[in-house]
Amino acid sequence: MTAPQPVVPRRPFHMNLTNLPLAVTIALFVAMFGAGSVAFTGFFSLQTFLNFFVDNAFLAITAIGMTFVIISGGIDLSVGSVIALSTMVSAALVEQHGWSPAVVIPLVLVMGAALGLGMGLVIQFFDIQPFIVTLAGMFLARGLCYLISIESIAITSDFYTDISTLRLPFLFETAISFNVIVALAVLLGAIYLAHYTRFGRTVYAMGGNEQSAILMGLPVPRTKVLVYTLNGFCSALAGVTFTFYMMSGNPLHAQGMELDAIAAAVIGGTLLTGGFGTVIGTMFGVLINGTIQTLITFQGSLSSWWTKIVIGLLLLIFCLLQRAFERRSRRS
Amino acid sequence: MTPPESDPEEVSTSPAPLAAQAPERAESRLDGLRRLTRMRMFWPLAILALVLLFNLIFNPHFFSVTIRDDHLYGALIDILNRASSMMIIAMGLTLVIATHGIDISVGAVVAISGAAAAALIGGELVLSGGTGMTDVTQAPLPLVIAGALGLSLIFGMWNGALVAFFGMQPIIATLILLVMGRGVAQLITNGQIITIYYSPYYIIGNGFFLGLPFSLYIVAVVAAVLLLLTRKTALGLFIEAIGINPTASRLAGVRARTIIFSAYAVCGLCAGIAGLIVSSNVKSADGNNAGLLFELDAILAVVLGGTPLTGGKFTLVGSMIGALIIQSLTTTIYSVGVPPQVTLVVKAVVVFVVSILQSERMRNLVGLKDRRRGTR
Repeated sequence: MTAPQPVVPRRPFHMNLTNLPLAVTIALFVAMFGAGSVAFTGFFSLQTFLNFFVDNAFLAITAIGMTFVIISGGIDLSVGSVIALSTMVSAALVEQHGWSPAVVIPLVLVMGAALGLGMGLVIQFFDIQPFIVTLAGMFLARGLCYLISIESIAITSDFYTDISTLRLPFLFETAISFNVIVALAVLLGAIYLAHYTRFGRTVYAMGGNEQSAILMGLPVPRTKVLVYTLNGFCSALAGVTFTFYMMSGNPLHAQGMELDAIAAAVIGGTLLTGGFGTVIGTMFGVLINGTIQTLITFQGSLSSWWTKIVIGLLLLIFCLLQRAFERRSRRS
Repeated sequence: MTPPESDPEEVSTSPAPLAAQAPERAESRLDGLRRLTRMRMFWPLAILALVLLFNLIFNPHFFSVTIRDDHLYGALIDILNRASSMMIIAMGLTLVIATHGIDISVGAVVAISGAAAAALIGGELVLSGGTGMTDVTQAPLPLVIAGALGLSLIFGMWNGALVAFFGMQPIIATLILLVMGRGVAQLITNGQIITIYYSPYYIIGNGFFLGLPFSLYIVAVVAAVLLLLTRKTALGLFIEAIGINPTASRLAGVRARTIIFSAYAVCGLCAGIAGLIVSSNVKSADGNNAGLLFELDAILAVVLGGTPLTGGKFTLVGSMIGALIIQSLTTTIYSVGVPPQVTLVVKAVVVFVVSILQSERMRNLVGLKDRRRGTR
């Protein structure tokens, strides 16, 4: 609805049908936020809304990278462990080896991109299903975490503390954290990349039909590798912001976040079969995730594992919705 | 049940494996070796032998098996016992992978099954006499086992229904359960680690029968049932046909949906059985950590056993050998003194290498295109 969609004018009818999930998503978000506001005093405030971003900036960043992968027709299961690895590498280098954050952060970003590049090359060159390659990548990154340390490493560096506690004033005496700025920058960059560049168009085209994209002369192999590189970079960036958020490196960080990222993209209207989706939709998917977490926190008596169950169920419902839309659009 | 239309499909897929499985026909010596290396079981067995041989060099007593208290003891028995849960999971997963699917929720189902069993047993520690404990259970053992396995079967069927009837990608359908399953297990155990104080339950994972670990008999029963079903009926061929070409097999009259559904259900059940063994072995249920990362080991076992991830031809015995390879490798890593954390990295690298070796591109590069099957 609100998404800028200058590209993908391919099948207007199909697009309307697949846009419906996005409309459903926004409606769901509004409904959930409304329900929370009615049920709990203090829920309805700008700060609560902003906290969705503050508490989920890392998820937004990695989900945006995931959106590109899914639109291109692939999947990446390694994001959670790459985030964990990023926190571990940051914590170990800064705390145990006394490196400057100015060196560590770029290094971590390069490491994430390199991991993504490696997986992308294996997927493209050997033509192996993405899920198996990224599943191996998931365990590799998790294993590397344990190699660095089995224990959690707390971060006490001044730089990290400063960034972590930094609150930028926003409207009406509310505040946002540095992570939100990063997430919004990534969002804007992703919208530009998806809709105003050749790379973005190629991603959509190869997700729609890889054979046609190749026959059209689009650089499919290169783009496929780049998509996974981009996602690796996004995961590492999410890892950096996650380090700011948690102030520690832990091999158990971000377990199962791949599902959250996939769920955010799918709930936001991205087709799991590839070829259709928007970054804005993903953002709403992340917001819904945040709303569920906040609702469960406000409710008080429900335990945190309910979040996982609810997200799983939502993902399930939206997947089934997608199947229903696909079948109907194929029939017509 | 078995419409004659399916025959052409079976015939078209069988010539290559037939040639590979019957190497005795060619008596020429030169051909003999090549035939041997082409046998499905050759590579898995060779890797297993290599790992065991490596152990023998480091530890000369590796192969010694002694009898203590009427039980067989030794490193080999230990490996067999520890690998039992993985062997069962790997067999279930083999059926799923053969249909060109995947199930990454097995670890979560292991946790659910253990949690369900522990919750059914329940009870607090009651000390009797000086050091002993009284067996405490709220439900009789058969009910405990039936309850845990029934729940696992339901979750397997849930996966199967999503994949077979709703057309969801297997990776997504089972990913949902991978994450949700842990939540469900936490829900059952109320977020705590439940300790089991019921000694009959311990037999499943710790007991001995006729000198051998009890869990091995469970493996034998599961293997016998699955082998009978897939090798003595047409079911095995149907599964392979679906994995190789779903459309063609459907046109040939194979009831693909029912079979795919059943494969996931059986996989869930196998994971449930493994969950009983695991929870019995550690005498407790931990919703968070029971069966953690089992899915990688299971996939690795299947792949090492010689079943390609692209589906089609499968071997249950190979997957069992694959599970044994992994357990031997883990034991080796421990016994050589390498930090156990390395295991995960080693396994991930092995998955990378094996899937690269299996890829079409690699075979073309090495000129092995005629090996096994050349589909797709």
